[in-house]
Amino acid sequence: MISLNVNGKTHQVDVDPNMPLLWVIRDVLGLTGTKYGCGVAQCGACTVHLNGDAVRSCVTRVSRADGQKLTTIEGLSLSNDHPLQQAWAEIDVPQCGYCQSGQLMSAAVLLKENPNPSDKDIDIAMSGNLCRCGTYPRIRKAIHMAAEMQRKKGF
Amino acid sequence: MFKSSDMFKSRSENKAKQIINHRTIVVVLILFSLMGGIAATGPRVNHPMMNDRMVDAPSLDGPTDSIESVAAFMKVYKVLMSPRCMNCHPAGDVPLQGDDSHLHQMLPQRGSDGKGLYAMKCTNCHQPTNSSGVHTPPGHPNWHLPPANMKMVFQGKTAHQLAKQLVDRKQNGNKNRQQLIEHGDDALVVAAWNPGEGRTLPPMSHEEFKAAWETWLKKGAYAPSPKAK
Repeated sequence: MISLNVNGKTHQVDVDPNMPLLWVIRDVLGLTGTKYGCGVAQCGACTVHLNGDAVRSCVTRVSRADGQKLTTIEGLSLSNDHPLQQAWAEIDVPQCGYCQSGQLMSAAVLLKENPNPSDKDIDIAMSGNLCRCGTYPRIRKAIHMAAEMQRKKGF
Repeated sequence: MFKSSDMFKSRSENKAKQIINHRTIVVVLILFSLMGGIAATGPRVNHPMMNDRMVDAPSLDGPTDSIESVAAFMKVYKVLMSPRCMNCHPAGDVPLQGDDSHLHQMLPQRGSDGKGLYAMKCTNCHQPTNSSGVHTPPGHPNWHLPPANMKMVFQGKTAHQLAKQLVDRKQNGNKNRQQLIEHGDDALVVAAWNPGEGRTLPPMSHEEFKAAWETWLKKGAYAPSPKAK
């Protein structure tokens, strides 16, 4: 039995310890906001937070998360009001939307560790999250907006 | 006025000095010829590759041997310059990837501690063990690059440069000779021989590498000639 604290709630899951964390999140816990993209840590669609770091859940064995704290896109904020979510809505960042939960989870780590990122910081942080619709300029703009909201509102 | 007796005295002194100078030159020449003879019969001090040795060489407990040391390092060098070692010792701040040592896809950055930045930290993708399948991230619990304040660059270094760098405590993580020897068994070093599917191994076994590594260090840690390849 593996114990996972996901979005503040503890789950006991009876799965193969080698099962990808993404499978557990989506198929066992039913949290389908996190997406499957490439399966080999190349696209970032499956990004979730493991103890605050933006791990790619498609290559992370669930055993690595045993007893650890996980956050998925469903738990990024209580009311979908994280500054990034507000900026994403304001700027209308997504096109098809498939990669966006991963984009948001990576951007959240960036803003946590660097509240005032430059364009270069954003490029470094977001280079592992692909978007086939090419929404990169809007992602960058939204991250700057969210950073400003954070500073003004003292998030 | 200059007296003739003074002149004679002065000439005598000059002659004496010349004789002494001639004797000195003869003695020096004899010494050189003797050294040449020793060098001809003892190639260990006249090896063309011998150039330098590690700073704490006097603490060595056994006899040094520049030929054995340099020959061992040339084997070590082949391993260190193989993709499995060099890819995480890049000249820039982006790790290398693949058997052709191209820049790592997505251009992850070194970061101050060598463990990446923001949402692009090494262990976000590199797991404690290898991921299964080809083109998946290889893994190790301690996956990282050298830190920004001591980059330990292998890429682009000649054998001469790398040998000198490896024994320079200001560039090698402050390791002394014994710690360097032990580093040959470091888990991340050994991980080069378990690189995951689809990646070539270093050009010799870890046992052979370790033997060459120890021989290089124990025989004096001599650096090959700057022209050695």
